[in-house]
Amino acid sequence: MSIEIKSSSEPYDVIIVGSGAGGGMASKILSEAGLAVAVIEAGGDFDPAKDEDRTQLRYPWESPRRGNGTRIRPFGDFDAAIGGWDIEGEPYTKGKDTSFDWFRSRMVGGRTNHWGRISLRFGPNDFKRASIDGLGHDWPIGYDDLKPYYDKVDKLIGVFGSKEGIFNEPDGFFLPPPKPRLHELFMMKGAKKASIPVIPSRLSVLTKPINNDRGVCFFCRQCNRACQAYADFSSGTCLVHPAMKKGKVDLYTNSMVRKVTTDDSGKANGVSFISKVDMKEYKLKARVVVLGASACESARIMLNSKSKSHPDGIGNSSGMVGRYLHDSTGADRMGILPDLIDRERYNEDGVGGMHVYTPWWLDNKKLDFARGYHIEYWGGMGMPSYGVGFSMDTMRKFVKDEFGNPSPNGGYGEGLKKDIRRIQGSTLGMSGRGESIPMYHNYCEIDPNVVDKYGIPVLKFHYQWTEHEIKQAKHMHDTFEEILTNAGAVLMGEKPGPETKYGLATPGRIIHEVGTTRMGNNPATSVLNSNCQAHDCDNLFVVDAGPFVSQADKNPTWTILALSWRTSDFIVSELKKKNI
Amino acid sequence: MNRRENLKLLFTGTLASGFLLTNCAPEDNKLEYTPRIEGGTVGGRTEEEKLIDQKLLSETFLNEDERKKLDVLVDIIIPADSDSPSATEAGVVDFIEFMMKDYPAYQTPMRGGLMWLDHHSEDNYGKVFMALSKSEKMEIIDQIAWPDKAKQDMEGGVKFFNMLRNLAATGYFTTEAGFKNLGYIGNTPNIWDGVPAEVMKKHGFELPEKYLDTYLKPEERGELAQWDEEANIIRSNS
Repeated sequence: MSIEIKSSSEPYDVIIVGSGAGGGMASKILSEAGLAVAVIEAGGDFDPAKDEDRTQLRYPWESPRRGNGTRIRPFGDFDAAIGGWDIEGEPYTKGKDTSFDWFRSRMVGGRTNHWGRISLRFGPNDFKRASIDGLGHDWPIGYDDLKPYYDKVDKLIGVFGSKEGIFNEPDGFFLPPPKPRLHELFMMKGAKKASIPVIPSRLSVLTKPINNDRGVCFFCRQCNRACQAYADFSSGTCLVHPAMKKGKVDLYTNSMVRKVTTDDSGKANGVSFISKVDMKEYKLKARVVVLGASACESARIMLNSKSKSHPDGIGNSSGMVGRYLHDSTGADRMGILPDLIDRERYNEDGVGGMHVYTPWWLDNKKLDFARGYHIEYWGGMGMPSYGVGFSMDTMRKFVKDEFGNPSPNGGYGEGLKKDIRRIQGSTLGMSGRGESIPMYHNYCEIDPNVVDKYGIPVLKFHYQWTEHEIKQAKHMHDTFEEILTNAGAVLMGEKPGPETKYGLATPGRIIHEVGTTRMGNNPATSVLNSNCQAHDCDNLFVVDAGPFVSQADKNPTWTILALSWRTSDFIVSELKKKNI
Repeated sequence: MNRRENLKLLFTGTLASGFLLTNCAPEDNKLEYTPRIEGGTVGGRTEEEKLIDQKLLSETFLNEDERKKLDVLVDIIIPADSDSPSATEAGVVDFIEFMMKDYPAYQTPMRGGLMWLDHHSEDNYGKVFMALSKSEKMEIIDQIAWPDKAKQDMEGGVKFFNMLRNLAATGYFTTEAGFKNLGYIGNTPNIWDGVPAEVMKKHGFELPEKYLDTYLKPEERGELAQWDEEANIIRSNS
């Protein structure tokens, strides 16, 4: 049942703030244990199987902007995620000479409605980076602590992939992966010449059914639009809504949490939120509060939850809330494959993302930077959308006539029309996504001068890349050029140089931000213990990516899910023991 | 969704074709060329988005003279040919009108560029662009349509025409007629079983031996996934 507004005097067992990967998993595990749960979501409800919510299988002409992005949907008019980098009435600020872009989705399922479904386990080394290279800190837990949960997540949610036996890329319970697309075969050829591995990708897309509640993939390449058959993972369709059907879960939508409330002893006893419907404040009570609002939003709530017992914000006696904010690194390059001009047409949509990828393959001891990156490949014959036919002023020369003479750039008329058709599906590219070094001086804090339209003080970001990330981006570009050139592609655009940090994406842009409520054994240098329980408030937990001590060269979602499941098991056990 | 419904979706595409039918009602015979502009984006819209689209659709940016000039220009860029319509027939000017409002950074270069075209025509022929003969018009277009050959003092005109070419092309190739012209096949339930054999052969590719038994086989897509104790998926034919 979805509840509009209720001021409940009856306390819940658990209040979960946020319905993304972390909050969704907690709602499922905690409600299955028989607990009465409230899930509080800042946005509206969303179900892609309902036709009124469906953007999947829409054509560009069903959008007056032909699928181009908007402020609310920067990744395209049919992207499922509602929110963006710049939400009306919900500002954030930045410190001098620093940059950070913050992507938020205001809807049930949060950012899981949009993501690339790349579902990689962290490996044994990813929990112990400080022991390996002396930078940052080790996690207080290791791969063996999370492995049983990764296994359970694989079986519950489903992920395709191939067993490879690579030490730091642990295998899981995989569904069969799809065969590569044509441009991916070219990439595999190019990478092989450079001795760079390319293996089947690992995406949470169902190539076979795992239960009777979700369908299997029908290959439309549109997971970012959310799947009406529930064949991809998103938290709303796979966790929150099923939990509501089976257990005692009340969903509060359009509810913006302002703070965690506490009793006189400093224990959390509920939350206070603003209803977007009537702009009034409501309070809910619970025995346990779980934050899964996203790394930065959960930090914001904690910093705004000041009381006599928590003068600097709840969970913040260490002063570490907001600190060690870090995102993945990112850089991209593109080329055009002359072999694919005039290519045969056939349906090559495939799944909603790459069919192959490159896990990190090198030894940092032989490199001038710490930590690695993986490579994602893209290109080929996807559905045309806003932007198709652009750039013929620079790209038309790649089309050649029967005598090998290149077409002139630019132009007009039937010749241009024909060349746009001939060039279609011949571009391809790759993106590096890597690990950065968590830094104390990269952080978010409350900006005392600015509030959002709900009257809640907003975040101010401070973030600068270190030499390690910049050198890593340089290495990415050298690699991209090598693979593309080996594949037979002509490089497009200029290789970025030091003046642009080698094309390194602005912090926040990869949308893998973590670390703001990091876990640790020492209450003076961490916010949470190894069970994601606040050191200074034992009935407050965090289940998003805030607890990450370091963000590996993997996408964070699978680890958020595993960690949230583990934390939820711990909450159930502590409640049974009456420890909280 | 139960498995039966899902299989129906997979193998018959009934759900999808049902949706498609509602978008291509037979009585609406203009639809082959004319994209949806009047109602805003379809599907999953928030109230805020509906209001934004309605506001943009209720406003007019291009005046009548500008539209007439654009009619001529976009059809020079994308003319009709033996089996596909022209840009104006595909509703490209309506699309440009919408984009001017949706992406206001286009407004000044577009308005100014269209004005400049008149100034340039006046300076060279003593008449505004629309009053020129077909061959005079093409003389001007040829000065700005070829970025690598254009004279340096035509740089502004080249930029304007690049923008126009982008908008005309993208506005055209994102319509049903444009899709047909490009030969795009997809956006429909199907089963991906790799690149067609003849295409693999043409480009000299073979699938890597090591993964042949790992890849998804279409016939196993209806079977519930199960794994052995070593996390190997149990295949029906193994």
